[in-house]
Amino acid sequence: MTDPAAPSKDERPPKPRPAPIPDADSAPYWQAAHDGRLVVQRCERCATHQLYPRDRCRRCRGPVEWVEASGRGTVYSFTVIRQNYSRPFRDWIPYVVALVDLEEGPRVMTNLVGCAVEDVRIGLGVRATFEVVSDDAGIALFVPDDTAG
Amino acid sequence: MSARNRRAVIAGVATSDYPLVPHMSEHGVHGQAADRALADAGLTMADVDGLATTGFFPMYATGVAEYLGLHPIYLDETNTGGSSFEVLVEHAAYAVEAGAADVVLVTYGSIQLSQMGRRLGTGGGGGAGFAPGPAIYDALWGNTLVGNYALAARRHMHEYGTTAEQLAAVAVTMRRHAADNPQAQEREPITVEDVVSSRLVADPLHKLDCCVISDGGAACVVTTAERAADLRHDPVFVLGAAHATTHHLNLSAMADLTVSPAAQSGPAAFARAGITPADVDVAQLYDSFTITVVLTVEDLGFCAKGEGGAFVEDNGLAVGGRLPTNTDGGGLSACHPGMRGMFLIVEAVRQLRGQGGATQVPGARIAVAHGTGGMLSTGATLVLGREAP
Repeated sequence: MTDPAAPSKDERPPKPRPAPIPDADSAPYWQAAHDGRLVVQRCERCATHQLYPRDRCRRCRGPVEWVEASGRGTVYSFTVIRQNYSRPFRDWIPYVVALVDLEEGPRVMTNLVGCAVEDVRIGLGVRATFEVVSDDAGIALFVPDDTAG
Repeated sequence: MSARNRRAVIAGVATSDYPLVPHMSEHGVHGQAADRALADAGLTMADVDGLATTGFFPMYATGVAEYLGLHPIYLDETNTGGSSFEVLVEHAAYAVEAGAADVVLVTYGSIQLSQMGRRLGTGGGGGAGFAPGPAIYDALWGNTLVGNYALAARRHMHEYGTTAEQLAAVAVTMRRHAADNPQAQEREPITVEDVVSSRLVADPLHKLDCCVISDGGAACVVTTAERAADLRHDPVFVLGAAHATTHHLNLSAMADLTVSPAAQSGPAAFARAGITPADVDVAQLYDSFTITVVLTVEDLGFCAKGEGGAFVEDNGLAVGGRLPTNTDGGGLSACHPGMRGMFLIVEAVRQLRGQGGATQVPGARIAVAHGTGGMLSTGATLVLGREAP
C-alpha cells in the first residue's frame, strides 16, 4: 500500500482541475465565474437567494433571476484533506476544503487558498477569487479577506 | 385474517462470512447470508414471496432475484445509502401487514474490500463524470467521503466544544466490543491516545475515527406474527420505523451540519412504536465515523444537542454504560462493507433473542437500529421489540 504522505513518484504531466459541464441550470453560473464574477440566484417572488442554481426557487418555487454577489463570506466549516488518492488533488496535499456562507446567504463548497492550513478558522472572513477551468467555465476559490474588519 | 396476527416480525437473521471473502462473488455473499437467515428462521427459498435488497446498479433487486432463483411478487430496492436496509425492512413490514407478501427476504452483499481496497472514502473529486447533475457542485474541490464527515465534526466541535478525545471514545468502545466478536476485522484493544495520535485523514478525523473497509453481507426474514408462530425462534416485532433526508451528495445543501436526518426519523419512529428513548435497552447505530455516532445519539434524543461528546465518554456506549451500542464492534471495528445497515438489524435481533454472547445486554427488550447514509444525507430508524406491541 502506498503511503499517501510519501512524495509522489508520478512523472505524468500534472492533471488539471476537473471542469464542470454546464447544463441549462448552471451555464450562467459557470460562465460568470469564467469571467471573474460570482453570481447567485434571487427569487422574484420571495427574494430568497440560492445556490446551487436551480430551475425555480427551492423555497417557494417562484421564478429566479441572476444577481451579482459581493464575493465576500465567512467560513462555516473546513477540513484539511491529508489523504486523497485522486489526481490532481493528491499533488496538493495538504489542502483546505471549506464551506463558505456568502453574504447573500447561500453556502458553497470551495477550496480556501492563499493562507497556511493552520491559520484557517471557522468564522474567518473570505473573498472569492476565480480560476478558469474550461472554455465556458470558471470556479470560485476563496482567500482570506484582508479588508474584513 | 385479522390485522393483529399480520403484525410484522423478523423471524430469521444471519451474517455471511466476513470481513474478507476473496473467494466469493458479491451475489454469492447475498446467497450465503440469505440461506443462513432462512435456515435461522426455519424456512427455505420456496417460502419466500418477497425480496428487498439494494446495491449500486439499477434493477439490482431484480438481478439478485434472478441469481437466487426467486420469482417474488413483492420487490423493493430503495437506495438511501447506508440506511437502505432499515428502510427496506420498514417497507417490508408495511408489505406483510398489508398482505402484499408473506415472507420477505432482505439481503445485502458486498466484496468491497477485495474489489477496491483501502482507497474507498479517500478517492473523492473525480469531477464531472463522477458526479452527474447537481452532484457536481461539491465534487470539484478534492473533498472526500471522510472530508464531508470531518466538516460536520469540525462544526460540532466549534458549536459545542466537542473534543477529539470524546470522538475517540466512540472508537475505543467499539473496539472493546469487537474484542468479543471472533469475526471482527480489528480486535486489538485501543486507547483514546491511540486514536488521537493516529494519522489525520481529514482534520479533525484520524484514521481510527474512520470505519474499517470490509467484505461481507447479512440478511433477515420479515414475515407476520402468524407465520412466525411455528418457526424456530421467538419473533422480534417491528414496533415502529421512519426515515428522513436532508440533502443528497452536496454537503453544502445541508442546513445545519450538527443536525442529521435522525432528528426527524428518530422521533417519528419512537412515536409510531409508542416508546421514548429511555425505553431503549440496546442500540445499533451506524458508525461510519466517530462523529456519526455522536450526532446520532443527540438526534435520536438519548441526550440533548451538543451533549453527545460527554454522553459517549467514560464508556457511555459500552455494555453496562448509558446506552450499550454496537455490541458486535460496529463498522469502526467489526465490519463495514459499504452499506452496513443490515448488520445493525442482525445484531439488534440477536440482542433481543439473548444471543449476544459476551456483549449481551442482560434482559434487553427494546432495541433501536439506526442507519445513516450518504454524506449524513439520510437517516432511518427501526425500533424492534421482544414483545408484541
